Amino acid sequence: MNRALHAEWTKLRTVAGTGPLLLLAVVLTVAMGAALAATLTCPWGRCAQDSVKLTFSGLPVSQACVALLAVLAVGGEYGTGMIGTTLTAIPRRGRVLAAKAAVVAGLTAVAGTVAVLASALAGRLILPGRGYPALSLADGPTLRAAAGSVLYLALVALLGVGIAMAVRDPAASIAAVLGLLYLFPLLAHMVSDPGWHRVLWSLAPMNAGLAVQTTVNVASLPIPPWAGLGVLAAWSAAALLAGGLLLRARDAS
Amino acid sequence: MSPAAGFARTLRAEWTKFRTVRGWVLGTVVAALLVPLLAAVSAAGSHASCDRNGVETACPEPPLGPDGRAVHDKFFFVHRTLDGDGSITVRLTSMSGIITYPPPDHDEIVPGLVPWAKAGVIVKASMEPGSSYAAVMATGEHGVRMQHDYTGDVAGRPGGAPRWLRLTRAGETLTGYESADGRQWAEVAAVRLPDLPAEVEIGMFAASPGDLTVKQADLGGLIEQMRFTETTAVFDQVKVEGAAPGAWRHTDVSPTPGTNPGEVHHPGSAVESGGTFTVVGSGDIAPVGTDGGMAVELTLTGILFALVVVVVVAVLFVTAEYRRGLVRVTLAASPRRGRVLAAKALVIGGVVFAAGLAASAVAMPVGKHLLRGNGNHVLPVPALTEVRVIAGVAALLAVSAVLALALGTLFRRSAAAVVTALALILLPHVLATASVLPVELSLWLLRITPAAAFAVQQSIPEYPQVVDFYVPQGGYYPLPPWAGLGVLCCYAALALALAVVRLNRRDA
Repeated sequence: MNRALHAEWTKLRTVAGTGPLLLLAVVLTVAMGAALAATLTCPWGRCAQDSVKLTFSGLPVSQACVALLAVLAVGGEYGTGMIGTTLTAIPRRGRVLAAKAAVVAGLTAVAGTVAVLASALAGRLILPGRGYPALSLADGPTLRAAAGSVLYLALVALLGVGIAMAVRDPAASIAAVLGLLYLFPLLAHMVSDPGWHRVLWSLAPMNAGLAVQTTVNVASLPIPPWAGLGVLAAWSAAALLAGGLLLRARDAS
Repeated sequence: MSPAAGFARTLRAEWTKFRTVRGWVLGTVVAALLVPLLAAVSAAGSHASCDRNGVETACPEPPLGPDGRAVHDKFFFVHRTLDGDGSITVRLTSMSGIITYPPPDHDEIVPGLVPWAKAGVIVKASMEPGSSYAAVMATGEHGVRMQHDYTGDVAGRPGGAPRWLRLTRAGETLTGYESADGRQWAEVAAVRLPDLPAEVEIGMFAASPGDLTVKQADLGGLIEQMRFTETTAVFDQVKVEGAAPGAWRHTDVSPTPGTNPGEVHHPGSAVESGGTFTVVGSGDIAPVGTDGGMAVELTLTGILFALVVVVVVAVLFVTAEYRRGLVRVTLAASPRRGRVLAAKALVIGGVVFAAGLAASAVAMPVGKHLLRGNGNHVLPVPALTEVRVIAGVAALLAVSAVLALALGTLFRRSAAAVVTALALILLPHVLATASVLPVELSLWLLRITPAAAFAVQQSIPEYPQVVDFYVPQGGYYPLPPWAGLGVLCCYAALALALAVVRLNRRDA
């Protein structure tokens, strides 16, 4: 397994695109969060907005970079035929998938930690000027939002690896991942029945996963914060399972 | 071989390539099926009903104006019947009102007029709500106006009461005048009302639209709150010319039913004493916005999903050639590279337009039918508007496909091209309509990014004379429909031009 991990790490490290994509993810997370935190207002004298969630609101954008990184880590191998070499070197296919998933998710988690800590720092500096208390990671819900955000990005990476392994074609895979993340929430808006709305809302991986960032009015969420992250984890697990089964069942080229 | 014949051959070659790849044809079919399918799903999950004295009933639908659009027609009317030509002249001596529970504290009723509080003289075809009318009025903050048939609005001079107002009827033509002193009159406007019968109602009115405040909801929606307001207008020096015999009659047009049967919620009133009329009214005579029902384009939300599939197919249409090396054969067969790209753009654009047209032409009537069946009020729009929405949405998909094709040619890497295309077209729209961004930023995104093209589906226009929260979430776009589509076309043309340059310079 160590050898598999090492091989995957070497591949991911040396592919053009990994560095820039992760850097872009970090920059987008921090920049979006800071920009939105700087527009915060206290309408009619009430500072009631979720300043913590807003500080980490770069994630809905930067997750696209993470998804692309994950898809390219898999799809790139199919595009160049490298997958044949990989599977010859490590015939245990489950192990290949596990190693790939671990490396991509691990690297994303590292970049995510940097991004979230930098956002938290930005929030600490910006929020007092907008009438909100300075963001502090010592606060329980804030820490949950920060840690949950890192996990969220890692889970998106796993979702990307799983879907790309199942779909193979990089264009179709990235479209599938982005569609699942960005368009599924629209389904919830397309139905007006409150029951269905809440069900679809809680099933959407982006909505449910980002529920972990909520610190204000938590009780009004259709799904509790950690359970929401669990929904995303279930999507990722299902994608990895599908990817693993198809990798085992299909010829590799 | 003539250039035309050469292009025809290239076109035929590209069409053959497209139709023989099963994945691409399947993708296009799936994209087309997604639109009506999601229209049906969305309609099936949307029920509407209203509670009346504890009993669930169908919701009351707003009346329809002369052009078939839904309208508000609620005001207090002091009127007489006018047969044939004639005129009414009044002096509006004062206009005052109340606004209930305004922000920030929502704890008291304050005196004041909302900007579009209205009082003046009106000629109306009948007492039927939604019937044709023309009116000259003073407003809370927008000066003297002449309005007709709910959407027409012409500004007169600024300022409010005291003011003399006059409205004359000559056949189908109604002319509004105003004066500061009752001697020197200025014409505000003259309008034609073709639906006006010989016998009309003429008189004074007062109305006051609700005071709107909006706040962000927790799940990314908006909570709009309308608060009751009321206008009190005092008229004197009332003079009616023409065949208008009899006493003044008082009518509360479209009163809001109260909680108990037969009761009226905040009824209007009028008092006449010694030639002075005090008229109290609330409501508005104006077109209904998207908050008054569902806009027809809501049945076409599936195009967002179709767009993703279309982008993938369009990108693969060119990148697959690079991956398989077919591009060398293609370029050897027709060495004029710009022509190859033009043929590809024509094929993918044409195929997607046809598929999109079929998809939305089916989805809209089916979605509307199902929505209405579930008790929802779908805002009626003129047939031509529906045609524009259907064709516009198909064009949006087609031009997006061409943009994606050009990006695929530029990048040669399919994943990068798909992500760029979606980030340019879809992401700004999703962000702008999901209320995660400040409204101003959302509006700018929908002006300068290719997502501006979604304006082509807007069926309910923005009315300057109606206070509403005109934001992308409510279905209002900052650009006019075709201008929005034009922005996307500019991006597609630019990307195509860059792709041709790149194609000519680089080795295949």
